[in-house]
Amino acid sequence: MGTVVGGIGLSHVPSIGPVVDRKRMEEPAWKPLFDAYVPVREWLRKLEPDVAIVVYNDHAADFSFDKYPTFALGVAERYAIGDEGFGTRPLPEVQGDLDLSIHLAETLIYEHEFDLTLCQEIAVEHGFLVPMNLCFPHQKDAWPVRAIPLQVNVVQHPLPTARRCYRLGQALRSAIEKFPNEVRVVVMGTGGMSHQLQGKRFGYMNEKFDQWFLDTLEKDPDALAQITHQRIMEEAGAEAVELIMWLTMRGAVRGTRVHRHYYAPMTTGMGLITFES
Amino acid sequence: MLHPIPDTSLFDLRLSRRGYRLNKLCAALCSPHERDAFKRDEEAFMARFALTDAEKDLIRKRDFQGLIDAGTNIYYLLKIGSVTGNGLYKMGAQMRGETYEQFLSTRNISGAT
Repeated sequence: MGTVVGGIGLSHVPSIGPVVDRKRMEEPAWKPLFDAYVPVREWLRKLEPDVAIVVYNDHAADFSFDKYPTFALGVAERYAIGDEGFGTRPLPEVQGDLDLSIHLAETLIYEHEFDLTLCQEIAVEHGFLVPMNLCFPHQKDAWPVRAIPLQVNVVQHPLPTARRCYRLGQALRSAIEKFPNEVRVVVMGTGGMSHQLQGKRFGYMNEKFDQWFLDTLEKDPDALAQITHQRIMEEAGAEAVELIMWLTMRGAVRGTRVHRHYYAPMTTGMGLITFES
Repeated sequence: MLHPIPDTSLFDLRLSRRGYRLNKLCAALCSPHERDAFKRDEEAFMARFALTDAEKDLIRKRDFQGLIDAGTNIYYLLKIGSVTGNGLYKMGAQMRGETYEQFLSTRNISGAT
């Protein structure tokens, strides 16, 4: 059967991608962020996951408003690297897990009544790739784990509620545990933390909110799942609403916290929290 | 339901509908061929997307807040920014009414770009 061995909440700030590609990780402004992932990668090596399910949002690379799904699951053997308007990053394509994707689609739709959009092609971009860069560094031709994209609308309101995202995570866990084969899964909830990228409030951050979110995600996720989009956007900036995707991860992972880190150099609170089942 | 937040654009369906053609134009810039076309002849590029003159003017003037108010989603706007040499922080400085240097001076660690 499938097992959720761990969960990671982390930010997917786009500027991290070129820093990885140009090997600037040791620069003083970036080192604190990358150093925080050294023990996380060590921990992941010991957990030996086979698959990462990455809960993320596309940033207008491959999904567009002509048809915009609320929840979209990748159902393919592999996923291409997308071009977000800045060129395609030199990364190997992502190997998926078709059998697990099909099982998740069938179980989430039939048993848990989550009406997912099912995607046979997704070109993944920074929302997906930056977390992979931080947790699962790639080799020349491959990533060390298979990965499945689960894309969430956190861009065009009405968005799914935080509670719905949390319940999706709970359903995801149940579905993974019903998979007939042995598979070790890490679920990653990505995005945020506090940030706003438009209007006079561009650059707004709120570390106090972010630390409270990390505390509550660990200690009382049921209560945190009641949070409204309005409150997140007022207190942490409009684009911070991506944080609802961390609740999907938390819904999927019981167990104890292992790592926690926070760094806010420029315009986004970059949080990191891990849980081990 | 959402309530207004000061100095903040709330990207809901009504705003998305208003900006639909602008966002279509931006989405096209996710291909190198189309970026070249934009750089080669901006007017001809814009003519393909049924924009109003007022919308075209916002692009001509690189009026980023104006584009946001006209329904361009921030993640789409980034593609116009990139093709015109205006990264996120330059666009943000303009939206705040600051120079790029002034904006950087408000950051905790401004080297993390």
